[in-house]
Amino acid sequence: MIRTTALSKVYRSRERQVTALDNVDLHVREGEIFGVLGRSGAGKSTLIRCLNLLERPTSGTVEVGGRELTTLSASALRAERRGIGMIFQHFNLLSSRTVAGNVAVPLEIAGIARRDRARRVAELLELVGLSEHAKAYPAQLSGGQKQRVGIARALAAEPRVLLSDEATSALDPETTRSILALLRDLRDRLGLTILLITHEMDVVKNICDSAALMEGGRIVESGTVGELLGRSDSRLAREMFPLGTPDVPAGRTVVDITFRGEETAQPFISTLARTYNVDVNVLGAAVESVGGRQIGRMRISLDGTFENNVVPIGYLREQGLQVDVVDEGPATPTESDADVAAADGVALAGKEI
Amino acid sequence: MTWSEMRPLLETATQETLYMVGVSTLITVLIGLPIGLLLVLTDRGGPLAFAPANKLLGLVVNVGRSIPFLILLVALIPFTRWVVGTTIGTDAAIVPLTVGAIPFFARLVETAVREVDRGLIEAAQSMGASTITIVRKVLVREAVPSIISAITVTIVAIVGYSAMAGVVGGGGLGDLAIRYGYQRFETNLMLVTIAVLVVLVQLVQFVGDLLSRRLAHR
Repeated sequence: MIRTTALSKVYRSRERQVTALDNVDLHVREGEIFGVLGRSGAGKSTLIRCLNLLERPTSGTVEVGGRELTTLSASALRAERRGIGMIFQHFNLLSSRTVAGNVAVPLEIAGIARRDRARRVAELLELVGLSEHAKAYPAQLSGGQKQRVGIARALAAEPRVLLSDEATSALDPETTRSILALLRDLRDRLGLTILLITHEMDVVKNICDSAALMEGGRIVESGTVGELLGRSDSRLAREMFPLGTPDVPAGRTVVDITFRGEETAQPFISTLARTYNVDVNVLGAAVESVGGRQIGRMRISLDGTFENNVVPIGYLREQGLQVDVVDEGPATPTESDADVAAADGVALAGKEI
Repeated sequence: MTWSEMRPLLETATQETLYMVGVSTLITVLIGLPIGLLLVLTDRGGPLAFAPANKLLGLVVNVGRSIPFLILLVALIPFTRWVVGTTIGTDAAIVPLTVGAIPFFARLVETAVREVDRGLIEAAQSMGASTITIVRKVLVREAVPSIISAITVTIVAIVGYSAMAGVVGGGGLGDLAIRYGYQRFETNLMLVTIAVLVVLVQLVQFVGDLLSRRLAHR
């Protein structure tokens, strides 16, 4: 539904140039919710603005709904933009217009007759649950309500794609959840394709089917959330389930176990302890339900050195688990990603095991 | 000077002031508003970004604002003759008043329009709005309360400038205060005239503030 090829954006000023996007290849499938995660300055904002050409890329192509946008004339581009809704961190509502008036803007731009506009606005406000606030001005609404107006407005021209630019970043956690739930619900009901950028891991965890991690203008990782979490070398997964800097006590072996869903039903920890007669300490663990599967990571320590534990570790690997032996020292580069991961503490789980 | 002597003078002068200020304001807004908008639109990063036009327009506006009004009044005499066919009288005073107020108002409009959040322009662009639509539905609409304030300030400034309209026989309250009150030592008349001017300015400011507040839904 959305595809970029070798998308680059370089800002040039007199004395220096900044590469905001560096050869980004992005592919968002129809009907999915795709999250682009990254810290500020990673290029997320530039990326989302290049998708409807609010920013013109320096090179590369942007295809939305099968139409290549970069070669379109100004008026053809405006027509295409009507099929791409966008919501913003700061809502960007017109303060001079009522809620209904704001939602009507895209309909006016599309040249829809007044009567039809009023009907459509009423439908949209119903859809986002703001019917009783139709005559209110944005200044009278809460942040969550303003974003609902933003969503209604973005959907007014019946787009097939919705771009969300940090839409929940200015909202409190509870409101964030309700807005995300609304987005997911709208995707399910309207068959929207949603691309959202965020710096909040929670958002990706909550509603995204696929995700990409951006850093320094590049996409450093991408895939479905399930795939990413099932990979032990995934930065996204590590940030989603931070286990902290390992502290390996002398005479013990610390291993990180990544499980992808199928295995968690088996009580492998207790089997391990019983069969091989080893002491197992759970140092940290986090389990999440992603796409109906239990996915997560666990850090355990085993009695004895690695050489003593070759057999039990082999057993774990046989169970289809990804097992990584943790060396002494800061092997897990989580410290630099603290702000991305900050929202998520380690949920001590074991509930599924 | 007695009140009965003053009254006809004051009445005529008030009418002249209202006429001069009213017409000048109207023309100033009609011409200054688009100039102010152009100053924003042609600026770097604006939808009609074009540096040479922006620089030129800015220069013209600054030159207009630098010239002392009294000098402008005299310098414009040939232009005034060409526009209204005469160089003296109330109509003749309207030309320099307008020419003097346009750059002033244009700058105020520029500031008002610049205050409109860039995000709103971006949002409108993302909906497929054309530049004209953005100007009409976003920039001007959102800036209306500030533009009303700008008009209020401009009216008050024109009232002040109009005091010098006497130089070209324009009449008005300021002229009355200068000629009768100051030059002929009619202190009473001067004080009364000034009082009328104060009331006038207060009234303009009050109505302007009220309108501006009413229209701002913040």
